[in-house]
Amino acid sequence: MNNNENTPLLEVKNLKQYFDINVGVFKSKPLKAVDDVSFYINKKETLGLVGESGCGKTTVGRTILNLYKPTAGEIWYNGKQIKTKADINEFRKKATMVFQDPYSSLNPRMTVADIIGEPLDVHNLYSTKEERRERILELMDYVGLNSEHASRYAHEFSGGQRQRIGIARALAVNPEFIVCDEPVSALDVSIQAQVINMFDELQDKLGLTYLFIAHNLLVVRHISDRIAVMYLGKIVELADAEEIYSRPLHPYSKALMSAVPVPDPQVARANKRIMLSGDIPSPLNAPSGCPFRTRCPHATEQCAMETPEFKEISKGHFVACHNIDKIN
Amino acid sequence: MRKFPINMHLNVDSFLPASDAEKEYMVQMRPSTTFFRDGVKRLLKNKIATISFIMIIIITLACILIPLFWPYKYDKQLGISLGKPVDPTYANLRPFEYGETEQAKIAAGETVFPHIFGTDSAGRDYFIRVVYGTRISLLVGFFASLIVLVIGMTVGSIAGYCGGKVDIVIMRIVDIIYSLPDMLMVILLSAALNNSGLDKLIQGTVLEKIGLNILSLFIVFGLLYWVSMSRLIRGQILSLREQEYVLAARACGAKPGRIIKKHLMPNCIGVVIISTALQIPSAIFTESYLSFLGLGVNAPMPSLGSLASDALNGIHSYSYRLIIPAVVISLIVLSLNLFGDGLRDAFDPKLNK
Repeated sequence: MNNNENTPLLEVKNLKQYFDINVGVFKSKPLKAVDDVSFYINKKETLGLVGESGCGKTTVGRTILNLYKPTAGEIWYNGKQIKTKADINEFRKKATMVFQDPYSSLNPRMTVADIIGEPLDVHNLYSTKEERRERILELMDYVGLNSEHASRYAHEFSGGQRQRIGIARALAVNPEFIVCDEPVSALDVSIQAQVINMFDELQDKLGLTYLFIAHNLLVVRHISDRIAVMYLGKIVELADAEEIYSRPLHPYSKALMSAVPVPDPQVARANKRIMLSGDIPSPLNAPSGCPFRTRCPHATEQCAMETPEFKEISKGHFVACHNIDKIN
Repeated sequence: MRKFPINMHLNVDSFLPASDAEKEYMVQMRPSTTFFRDGVKRLLKNKIATISFIMIIIITLACILIPLFWPYKYDKQLGISLGKPVDPTYANLRPFEYGETEQAKIAAGETVFPHIFGTDSAGRDYFIRVVYGTRISLLVGFFASLIVLVIGMTVGSIAGYCGGKVDIVIMRIVDIIYSLPDMLMVILLSAALNNSGLDKLIQGTVLEKIGLNILSLFIVFGLLYWVSMSRLIRGQILSLREQEYVLAARACGAKPGRIIKKHLMPNCIGVVIISTALQIPSAIFTESYLSFLGLGVNAPMPSLGSLASDALNGIHSYSYRLIIPAVVISLIVLSLNLFGDGLRDAFDPKLNK
């Protein structure tokens, strides 16, 4: 174990995830869901990952947990690369996942106790039945479920309660790191607040580190320490949460941040919304060079020729854009 | 407070804090029901299915229990006893008729157990033969379905879960087996088995009594009939494995065996129960017409099909001998089919919509 505070808990280096898609009878083409993504997450930190639907956010989360085998790239956890099967198995005791849809992520034929206890069963984390039961009840208590719910089935619960069951399952192995894959987007707004606050509390109490994937910008801003903006399989900007909201540098982030609703009508009227033209291109035929150039108001010839480098502009603020000085 | 017809004042009594008893009343806690209990409840509401189920139970119990106390044996020729000439009066008795020695006994005041369905041409009590025939038919039905279930489920779930090349290879094998004519296979197999020396191997076991033909029937079921079951289960697994809870199980490190056993199987068990229930009558039917063609059980063991086949010889004089086993077959097949339909409606409510 490396206890050095400067070592990030999780580091992702040049991660690529291509899926082969059949076009025609014998031809297949790679779909670049995640294309050369690098970032790190410090201990007890929350990294928010935002972007349009289909930009590869979920794939990043799943590839980190090795649910998909990465096409290329390295994943380092606690100063150790996750490579062999044994590494992955060990890693899964420390890193878990909360899923987007609380309706389909719980097995309808299992009781709540069995759902929450599954990671315990898989990793043999108890010696007696009594110990298992106690651990399950403790977990249910963490997420605010009553102990009498243990013998019920998932379909008897509301969306918010189901998501709590999903969170309890993720906490079962005493993880250090949790990938939250849009954990609140399927819930209604009042429940979203409860669940988000619960994530916050659990982080303080258990010292968790989150990769928080979402497309609701306000939610991400509330919970994240740093935020990464993704576009078409690439991270275009990464900075502190406040920094990226007050001073976005990449033209895509600018457009994105201008779309955040402001609860003050006067300010909202004064703010000018940057409208992007066109749709997100298909990742099957991604544009050459900078992926954003087809919709970027500042695109030049250079953008079509070279892929912009992901470089540090100021401390902790990374941007991938050729014309960063000209625009700002 | 005085009441006016149009009074905008609210009644204070309506706004008293609720007592504990009232609060208790507001908490609606329904006892938790499981998938199985839900299904049974729906099944019991279905009258036809319930009656069919009772029918099946009665028939099954009857063919288990009746031979225990029935005074005649299925292979005992009543007219033949040691050291005496054959008594021809026992052959071809009509229902509730008696042989010569029995009539003498009745005349002497003894009670003789009646031959409810009479006797066959060899002087054997026909009722007990029908009971044994039913026993064989049900046995074949249940065991053949069990074989189909086990093989089909294993192969189907492996093909569905692994996907990719494994799936393609298994499904092509299934396609090939599908194209083989099953009747020809049964006939060829029983011919091959009869010459294989297997009969010596099974001497003295239960299998000897039911005969090589039935054994070949089992083998054919094991070899051929699992394909439709495995296709069905593969389809189910293919759609279920894309569910997020399977991904969740993989994310916490569960192995494929555990995922199939704990997550995929329980979720397609409804379909499995139903198709097994519908497989039983088709197996019984197959056995019956094979026996009818003379490829079924070895004599003197009867089966419903062979009883019907034997009855063809005396169809004009003794037509009831054909009708009885035919009715029993129809009754079993019909009630199993109706019960299977009821099961499907009860355990797969999605199909109804």
